[in-house]
Amino acid sequence: MKQVVVISGKGGTGKTTIVASFAALAGRVVMADCDVDAATLHLLLTPKVIRQQEFRGSKLASIDRDKCNGCLLCEKNCRYDAISDLKVDPVLCEGCGVCAFVCPNGAIDLQDRSSGYAYISETRFGPMSHARLGAAEVNSGKLVTLVRNNARLMAETEGLDPILIDGPPGIGCPVIASLTGVNLAIVITEPTLSGLRDLERILALTSHFGVTPLVVINMYDINKANADKTAEFCKGKNVGVLAKISFDPTVTEAMVAGKTVVEYAPSCTASGEIRRAWREVLNILSTDPDDQRGAIPHETTR
Amino acid sequence: MIVSIASGKGGTGKTTVAVNMALSLGEGVQLLDCDVEEPNAHIFLQPRIREVRPVYVPVPKVDERLCTHCGKCVGFCQFNAIAVAAGKVMVFPELCHGCGGCRLVCPTGAIAEENREVGMVKIGVGGGIDFAYGELNIGEPMPGPVIHELKRNINRLGTTIIDAPPGTSCPVIESVYGSDCCILVTEPTPFGLHGLRLMVEVLGEIKIPFAVVVNRAGIGDKKVYEYCEKERIPVLLEIPHSRRIAELYSQGIPFMREFGGWKDRFSSLFSAIKEIAGG
Repeated sequence: MKQVVVISGKGGTGKTTIVASFAALAGRVVMADCDVDAATLHLLLTPKVIRQQEFRGSKLASIDRDKCNGCLLCEKNCRYDAISDLKVDPVLCEGCGVCAFVCPNGAIDLQDRSSGYAYISETRFGPMSHARLGAAEVNSGKLVTLVRNNARLMAETEGLDPILIDGPPGIGCPVIASLTGVNLAIVITEPTLSGLRDLERILALTSHFGVTPLVVINMYDINKANADKTAEFCKGKNVGVLAKISFDPTVTEAMVAGKTVVEYAPSCTASGEIRRAWREVLNILSTDPDDQRGAIPHETTR
Repeated sequence: MIVSIASGKGGTGKTTVAVNMALSLGEGVQLLDCDVEEPNAHIFLQPRIREVRPVYVPVPKVDERLCTHCGKCVGFCQFNAIAVAAGKVMVFPELCHGCGGCRLVCPTGAIAEENREVGMVKIGVGGGIDFAYGELNIGEPMPGPVIHELKRNINRLGTTIIDAPPGTSCPVIESVYGSDCCILVTEPTPFGLHGLRLMVEVLGEIKIPFAVVVNRAGIGDKKVYEYCEKERIPVLLEIPHSRRIAELYSQGIPFMREFGGWKDRFSSLFSAIKEIAGG
């Protein structure tokens, strides 16, 4: 089965808009929202949750004051400054267990910490795997892996292909967890100097992990000179530009209406450009030699 | 005083607010770009960098001659960063959090630690203000140590503005933790509102007072305003949706330099958030 991730480096370039539109165009498809700490795909897809599972991604030290003799060895050995006045700061604690090990009185133990929930849902475009990381919780990389495993299970059960992954911004652990082992990474950028700088770093990341990238320049007409510079940069890196999408206020209107732009205004400029991009993605996936199954759903008109 | 700028949703204008506010206040202000995965503030400030400091994480180094492959380190490590297979120890340095536990539990003293570079911190001056930013090395999963090193440069006697990364998880918490107050930058769309709600929850959890700046005012709907009114969250400033502001951003130009009146508005924003921090 094939997996396509949509990532961006820089936040707010339009990942979710594109993923949701692709899902709408795909007919029935499995989606995975791997932006687990600020998920937004559900705002456009209004999923009906059919299964919820608690995510215990990390541990938290807990001090039993009745057994503690105040020797402060725990404080001295904690490299995260997470213990002060014999109290554990849950924000700073990484759950490594060093404090519990050095405590001479066995006063400290590690407790599982509930860090959020993973969900399997049904949407109007097919099943969706998503999650919600608890407020101020850690370990989003592990939760991303859980979301992707759930998506894979659903895709296998229903025989659906490909999986569409909405990735997080940045280049750190949740991005790496979203990216590894996919067939194609669609990188959304914008024609700003910040966008270009961030694109350089995210393309270095895809190259580091050996994933094929394809670039989408969103809102390219905000600064056409920068859009050209971006295309030139991609050419120099031997990276294809999948699409240039116009700045189109209809995209925001669709978001306010809780719909994908291709449903809300199928004939607007942005919708046309996104449809062409999706057809191209299907073409590329059907010729990807990594995959033997080749069962790609065809675009359906909605 | 430390003011951090965060948003939940990416691309709402954190860097725009951080840079324009810092430049409006001028000398005596320090700006730290804590989005070490994708830093951008330096594009607007064009700083002269006077110091580049590598950031290290201590990772285990196993002396095979002393190692008995007892597996105590493997059992201890919460991050699966060390394994014993076929009579050999393997270390997965990118998974290591550098807690030092493996060295402590090793009964034969076979484990030492060595520094591994995960990123760097760059310190200088740009647009007349003290400025520092971090860069996480490509392929490194954990931005935390770079943010930590960056924040060690905070000048406690002056004013520090922290530009936080997008999202709501560890790198954001690491960036905003210890701030006196936080400005949440949002846009009046369902995505903007959703990111705002998540950050409000996070800041409640870590007890940092906050207020809101609405960017791209005029697009979307009124729900952000209704939410702020209902939750009694002050909206301190609105930045209008303007093609010209977007163009200036695209060229790396802070818009307060081109538009009259915004220096005063950003200075007032700072006075207002300072009051919230004090209360």
